[in-house]
Amino acid sequence: MKPLAALAAWNEQAFGAKTAADALQGIGAAGAAPSKDIVIEAPQIAENGAVVPIEVSSNIPGTTAIAVLIEKNPFPLASRFEFKEGALPFVKLNVKMGETSDVRVVATAGGKSYVATREIKVTIGGCGG
Amino acid sequence: MAAGPMKMRASVAGGNTEVRVLMTHPMTTAQMKEGLHHIRNVVVKQNGKVVIEGEVSQAVSRNPVFSFRLKGGAKGDKIEVSWVDNKGESNKIETAVA
Repeated sequence: MKPLAALAAWNEQAFGAKTAADALQGIGAAGAAPSKDIVIEAPQIAENGAVVPIEVSSNIPGTTAIAVLIEKNPFPLASRFEFKEGALPFVKLNVKMGETSDVRVVATAGGKSYVATREIKVTIGGCGG
Repeated sequence: MAAGPMKMRASVAGGNTEVRVLMTHPMTTAQMKEGLHHIRNVVVKQNGKVVIEGEVSQAVSRNPVFSFRLKGGAKGDKIEVSWVDNKGESNKIETAVA
């Protein structure tokens, strides 16, 4: 297939980080302030850690990016989406969770970072196999 | 399992465009016997203009499904979603908003 990889951005520092703190630093969100305007829709208990549906959106005006971090995964940063003119700050995706963990959702707006946290309990982990 | 076809549907709902896309991809982690193989980049275009750019890790589930929302939009708009993985493989799909 086409060698597009050379053109695509990949934040190795953030996605290769092994702690949520290092991953937050990697995306420039080390000092994220808690916000109630970030909405996280996710199950309280996920029976299968291989497929955990998470829906996130931000009601913070001017939100340009949303990142999802799973605190206890070996590499906490799961995704970071940038929303340009024409897109709403919303994404729904399925993620793997190795064990019960806090999930942190970080929104970027006006050059500042905001965070909301939700715990998801996992019955059977989904990272190995 | 190798990377394979994509499916997408896009429709206008509540004044916005809802996009749901499925990617066929193993999304294996470094701990799995198959080794690290995951989509890294996802790009959404509306009528040829980039509206969403994402980076995703091995923590995204096998055969990823993403939903996105675009402001406004109309029937017939062209939506394109493409991905590139950590081995340089890529795929894309285009559909008209229903």
